[in-house]
Amino acid sequence: MLASLLAQVLPESTQISTPNVDWLAIGPPVALFASALAIVLMIAILRGRSLTHDLTNWVVLCGVFGPIEFWLGRFWQVRFDDDSAAVVVMASGALSVVAALVSSVGRRRTFEASLVIGAVGTITAGAISVAQWSEFRNGGPFASMANAVAIDGFAIFVGGVVLAATLFGLLLATAWIKREQLEGPEFLALMLLCATGMLVMASATDLIVVFVALEVFSIALYVLAAFDRHRLQSQEAGLKYFLLGAFSSAIFLYGVALVYGATGSTNLSAIRSAAPSAALVENNGLLLVGFALLLVGLGFKVAAAPFHMWTPTVYQGAPTPVTAFMAGATKAVAFGALLRIFAGAFDPLRSDWRPAVYGLAVVSMLVGATAAIVQTNVKRMLAYSSIAHAGYVLIGVQVATESNGGFDGTAAALFYLAIYMLMSIGVFGVIQIVGRRGDSAHALDDYKGLARRDPALAALMTLFLLAQAGVPLTAGFVAKLAVFKSAVDAGQVQLALVGMLSATVAAFVYLRIVLAMYSSDDHGDAAADAPAERLPVDLPTGLALFAAGTAVLVFGILPGWLMDVAEHATNYLAGG
Amino acid sequence: MLASEVVMMRDTFPLLTFLIVLPFVGAAVTLCTPKGRTEWAKAVAFITSLATLGVALWMLADFDKAAHGYQYTVDHDWIGNLGVSFSLGIDGISLFMVVLTALLIPIGLLASVNEPNFKQFAVWMLFLEGTVIGVFSALDLIVFFIFFELVLVPMYFLIAGWGHGNKAYAATKFFLYTMAGSAFLFAGILMVAYLANKGGNPLTFDVRELTAWVSEPGNVSTRTSRLLFLAFAVSFAVKVPLFPLHTWLPDAHTEAPTAGSVVLAGVLLKMGTYGFLRFAIPMFPKAAQYFAPALLTLSVIGILYGAIVATMQPDLKRLIAYSSVAHLGFVVMGTFALTTTGIQGGLFTMVSHGLTTGALFLLVGMLYERRHTRLISDFGGLWKVIPVFSAMFLIATFASIGLPGFSGFVGEFTSLLGTFVTRRWWAVAATGGVILAAVYLLWAFQRAFTGEPEGENLGLNDINARELLTVVPLLALSLFLGFYPKPVFDRMELAVDDLMTHIEETTGYTEPDTPEPVPVEAEGHGAEEGH
Repeated sequence: MLASLLAQVLPESTQISTPNVDWLAIGPPVALFASALAIVLMIAILRGRSLTHDLTNWVVLCGVFGPIEFWLGRFWQVRFDDDSAAVVVMASGALSVVAALVSSVGRRRTFEASLVIGAVGTITAGAISVAQWSEFRNGGPFASMANAVAIDGFAIFVGGVVLAATLFGLLLATAWIKREQLEGPEFLALMLLCATGMLVMASATDLIVVFVALEVFSIALYVLAAFDRHRLQSQEAGLKYFLLGAFSSAIFLYGVALVYGATGSTNLSAIRSAAPSAALVENNGLLLVGFALLLVGLGFKVAAAPFHMWTPTVYQGAPTPVTAFMAGATKAVAFGALLRIFAGAFDPLRSDWRPAVYGLAVVSMLVGATAAIVQTNVKRMLAYSSIAHAGYVLIGVQVATESNGGFDGTAAALFYLAIYMLMSIGVFGVIQIVGRRGDSAHALDDYKGLARRDPALAALMTLFLLAQAGVPLTAGFVAKLAVFKSAVDAGQVQLALVGMLSATVAAFVYLRIVLAMYSSDDHGDAAADAPAERLPVDLPTGLALFAAGTAVLVFGILPGWLMDVAEHATNYLAGG
Repeated sequence: MLASEVVMMRDTFPLLTFLIVLPFVGAAVTLCTPKGRTEWAKAVAFITSLATLGVALWMLADFDKAAHGYQYTVDHDWIGNLGVSFSLGIDGISLFMVVLTALLIPIGLLASVNEPNFKQFAVWMLFLEGTVIGVFSALDLIVFFIFFELVLVPMYFLIAGWGHGNKAYAATKFFLYTMAGSAFLFAGILMVAYLANKGGNPLTFDVRELTAWVSEPGNVSTRTSRLLFLAFAVSFAVKVPLFPLHTWLPDAHTEAPTAGSVVLAGVLLKMGTYGFLRFAIPMFPKAAQYFAPALLTLSVIGILYGAIVATMQPDLKRLIAYSSVAHLGFVVMGTFALTTTGIQGGLFTMVSHGLTTGALFLLVGMLYERRHTRLISDFGGLWKVIPVFSAMFLIATFASIGLPGFSGFVGEFTSLLGTFVTRRWWAVAATGGVILAAVYLLWAFQRAFTGEPEGENLGLNDINARELLTVVPLLALSLFLGFYPKPVFDRMELAVDDLMTHIEETTGYTEPDTPEPVPVEAEGHGAEEGH
């Protein structure tokens, strides 16, 4: 027996020394992970042979292992450090909650239960993030966990965007899962796991941790993209994303290896101090190639041209709530890493990477905007437009180190990411509704007459599309203003001009959708028809759309608060 | 509510903010009126637009014509991180544009009561009113740009939703053309603010501060200021529109609903010329001088080209649209003559064109409602069938041609006079446009209204009271200002003088004396009132 073995091995009254885990630092991902785990456990219990059988087992297990600290202390006088004790109590508490939920909601309400667990986990993570923010505002940024994780404004801001996207994603997924009759809890668990990886990535200050986090969220995303097994397109999306994503991860990892070889460390602040301040081309090809590979790997994740080939297919094929989540959260977190690595660790080498980012920005904006014009599938159009948006954020990245003290490129990029998350959640939320059962009515023609059938839905869609086009009094305008202003302040007027012109081209794309919505159906005398069937909008989706729409308007008219937060968030750690 | 408001207005009431917010609130309230109760929407829309007109007229009366600088200024911190503040103000240059906007919106609404889905139409019209007033009263470059861009949205929906023919194409072309122009403006604005910030000023987009700094010789290199002027100029030239950037205009004007065309021609085009006067010229006076011959040439080409193309139009509305290109050519010409008289003439033409072309568009709209065609060849002998309408049309035609006694004459004459002093040959060439205007309009009138009526033209109803109510105020004002332009000139005089002084101070150029306009005085017309 384990107990007797332990009793033999451990001397009396042992103090087990656990690694010093800063639970506050990794609180948000832990909360998300716990909720994902809880859902998985719950499924495991409920999908078992007999409910009562498993339930009994589980309650007994919880009863035994829940107060494990008590048992350990009672019989072997083993005491953990306070932190560990806290987490054990937390874990056992979570498990007890699951047990309680399972017993109370029963087999039929599995999905609702997992939704609640997911929401609670996300909100808990958000609450911890808020606590971190005040800690950070009082004490400045700090690193923990062997300098691999940073609590800085940057991590919290990107994490906040991810958490908001997760919450929105959960809301959107609810209606979709019911409509498509898919396994809900698994989907939610995957989304939460994905968000866990993203949160870790947002605060990672070590390339290895960045990579691990990247893989965690990518793998979950691959599965999510292929989740709709009724649709071949979804599976194609998953496979394509997986294959190309695996390549990009490998490239990223190779970059990590080369950077390690060149600087002797994978820690970002160590890399920064090791990196020579002079131009690299002559004296350190290894590092140059290394960070070029890192740029490629992350460029893939942010969907920057020319590493964007996967984007249209995946955005189009993936289930719409996944696309919404992917567009909002993945971009934010990958750009977070890009900023932290390049504007932070490789800041001394900015003259080497800035031209490359400049090129990426220009190509992304032009390719994204022009390729979107010829599309007839709305999801595909918006996939291309997301490439253009990546270009706008890259403008912010390009000038990120050129800080005038005020609202600089980093802050502008962060602000843009937050706004883009809201806009893409909104747009894809409407697309999901219009997609109807089967999630496949995404052709431009499917939008004809929407304004007559569902005026509110069409109005919301118009708002989100105009915001993406950067029309004033929407948040999209302020975001573009911030990015372009940072470019001009860094002396890159041309970049701002290219951005504005590509925004004009992209506006054509958004206007096409708007026009389709406000034009009548093909049926000729459309007005004479009785009001056609209205699209069903359920409460969670409606709530998500309303919240996103309100935010887009409010941040368009009164952006001050979010801008302040983004400005504070630029106080980050990577550079040390 | 209004009574208490008036009491407050006397001291520190933010009149301009109120003037912008009022239409927006009206639009929101109109949107909330119950479905199927169009009369509610009508009531709200008319009350709001008339209230806005009332406030604007009150402001016109209250405007202190002896005060330098901006009046009714408002200053609020807005996007502090980026140095944007919500600043508004009015001077003699913008005053009449605001009033004209407030006048044309209720008239446009009155002309459109039979439009399908009037509620939404009214929402967009009121939205448009708020944004246009915002454009003309913004004193912060970003606020200006916001309204400048935002104007596109309601106009886009008005054209795309209630237009005729190829409306989707026209609306999209209008949106994209102007947005592409704005790209340069936006880059220019950011650049100016950046340069001023780098030059030691606090980060701001305030027009007054930036103009003072940027126009100061030596602060910005000649090359930079020329490039910046071009960036501003391209955007405004699209809006005016100046040849060869005018191709969006005939489509947008022709396909737009009547009220849309009225507002488009009446005030939206003036956003471009206003932009020149308020931003491009005062900020970069030297560059403006440098590019003046080019812009004058383009405007003269526009005058002649617009007139010639108008002559050949088979579509009455398209003809008027092209005549706008010609009329706005006079505005730009007068402006870039860089003389007090020229600028005053340009400004006056802006007002006058809003009145006369607005009336013409309204009348063509009425014809279209009756006959569902706008082709001149489909009409004929209308005078005998609908005499009152025809009389109105003839008056509007005369007003638009610029017959002495109408505002068009005063404006065009003054702007030609102002141009003649500094740019003689341009003025001479532009005079041809005056003659051509008579050609295309009178010829069109002859073909459509004289002769014997046939076929469908026989059964037309004459103009009704509502329609008269939309046209008569515009024509009456045009006539009034044609005989007595003093009230307008009086109020814009100081602002134009200040502008010229500013140009002279910053460039070291002295405006040549305008010759005494003796012959005009002898004929008893009011062009000289402005001096």
